[in-house]
Amino acid sequence: MTLEVRGLTKTHPGDTLATIRNLDLMVDSGRITALLGPSGAGKTTVMKLIAGLLTPDGGQITLAGRSILPLPPEQRGVVMVFQNPLLFPHLTVAENVGFGLRMRGLPAKEIRTRVAEMLERTQLTGLGSRRPAELSGGQAQRVALARALVLKPDLLLLDEPLSSLDPTLRDDMRALILTLQRETAVTTLVVTHDQTEAVVLADRIALLLEGRVAQHGPPDQIYRQPASLAVARFFGGVNVLPGRATAGVFQSAIGPMPLPAGLPSALTDGPGVLTIRPEAIDLVTPAHPGALTARVLACTFLGTQSRVALDLGGTPLEALVSPDFAQGLTKGQMVGVVLPPSALWVVPDPA
Amino acid sequence: MEGKALRSLAGATLALWLILPLVPLAIWSVAHGWRFPALLPEEWSLKAWAYALSPTSGVLQSLGVTTLIAAATTVLSALLAVPAGRALALYRFRGKGIVVLVLLAPAILPGITVALGLHGIFLQLGLTGTIPGVILAHLIPALPYMTLVMATVFARFDTDAEDQARSLGARPWQVFVHVTLPAIRPGLLVGALFAFLISWSQYLLTLSIGGGKVQTLPLVLYSFATSGRNDLTGAVAMIYILPGLLALALIARHLTGRNLALGPESVR
Repeated sequence: MTLEVRGLTKTHPGDTLATIRNLDLMVDSGRITALLGPSGAGKTTVMKLIAGLLTPDGGQITLAGRSILPLPPEQRGVVMVFQNPLLFPHLTVAENVGFGLRMRGLPAKEIRTRVAEMLERTQLTGLGSRRPAELSGGQAQRVALARALVLKPDLLLLDEPLSSLDPTLRDDMRALILTLQRETAVTTLVVTHDQTEAVVLADRIALLLEGRVAQHGPPDQIYRQPASLAVARFFGGVNVLPGRATAGVFQSAIGPMPLPAGLPSALTDGPGVLTIRPEAIDLVTPAHPGALTARVLACTFLGTQSRVALDLGGTPLEALVSPDFAQGLTKGQMVGVVLPPSALWVVPDPA
Repeated sequence: MEGKALRSLAGATLALWLILPLVPLAIWSVAHGWRFPALLPEEWSLKAWAYALSPTSGVLQSLGVTTLIAAATTVLSALLAVPAGRALALYRFRGKGIVVLVLLAPAILPGITVALGLHGIFLQLGLTGTIPGVILAHLIPALPYMTLVMATVFARFDTDAEDQARSLGARPWQVFVHVTLPAIRPGLLVGALFAFLISWSQYLLTLSIGGGKVQTLPLVLYSFATSGRNDLTGAVAMIYILPGLLALALIARHLTGRNLALGPESVR
């Protein structure tokens, strides 16, 4: 069931500025879409509006073509899983998972069967009689997921499903979410501030910036072909070179560069900003054919990668390389810089 | 280990503190002539108890009236204090400070001023001398306490749990019964105990509004005490303190101040 949000607007009482401004969003049937945005961008508000826990000031929300706005939360076919597992402390794990079925007045026998099946699928078999206080963080998160999925919702809303977990548990939970989603084919909207969480979970990402969706598409497209400087910056550490595109060439402080393929025609002629992903930059020997030469200003060890600050003829540039390679560099040394055409992208000049 | 011993010592001291004053009353209730220098009564007798429990004394009847009034006061307090406490704790609204002040006013003002002012109003409404009138009057001191207890309970209540239940398909009344009520139950019990005991121990309000027609135990007790019947006073006092001790024993484990509401810290 496809979810479509059109022109959604919400101003929280007492606020002067709208949290959500004219938001358009589409979640394809049977797919996982991530709503990605910085903390405080109103992501949870969007979820609560879709779930019916908040009332919008304007806009339209349809699920499978039918408007769900007039419906109370329990009739929307939408189930939201909060960031905090919010298990009911006075109920056992099995009772928690069966909560929604019980509220719908289903027969006890059917509830038992469906709960048992769900516990098995979420690797919680044997924990049914435990109290939430006796669970680990990862287990509690799985119970929360089971409690939502057992209802077979038309739309599943997940609020930051991985961010409260330890790194080791994150991978398990991510795999579980992906497996269960594939098996049930439930249309899923994940809300997160964490780009890796969005990239590893979602088929498509909607990037929420300043109350609106700044770009909507497959993760690699948003990453490689950002629609604006703000989008490019959201993924962090991008090199930015203002300049001008003319006749298939982008002219900037580092000299002419070939225009990337697939650029929107509006950007192939006129002022723009060239963006270069730091991890795509190749550092080679200065003698390398076609390489630009730059001076190494500093190296910072980041763990799996090292950041190298460069001075390319007066223009600052940052590159991410392997720590082993960075160890061989010394401050002040000259290196060759290769900018692969695939690492280049042009966005509109925000000025 | 040392902490444990200290705790037992504190517990024993507290128990003594509470029980010691009751010992003479208990002895009085079974004494027959107990004059000053004697450490214990010369003769023992159950006459006072027999009279107190007989229909002619009216003690049992007023026990019933007192229980009825205290129970009704408790239920009404709870019905009003749960939404009021929730509003105070969770919602920001204009004039909240004034509402708190008005709520606390009966607890700050001397009881006699409240009783006298109220008497005039209740007289006009025809509520004086009636049990409903006394119940309404008892709400004045009971409600603020219960509301404040419920406000502290709701201040630690995560309303996301209600949203979560709603999203899982619970209708509003189901959310209250299955999520909110279990979460606030310990605090609700504590508040109810307060309300019950406040009503149970009212003297002034019952006297002024009940006008002597509504005879609760404190009134009966006082009349025996002033008439010099020490044995009867002892027996009635024993009956009078019983429900309070019972209620306290029943919900004592909720009185530790912890676990008052479903909150992040209350997870064991």
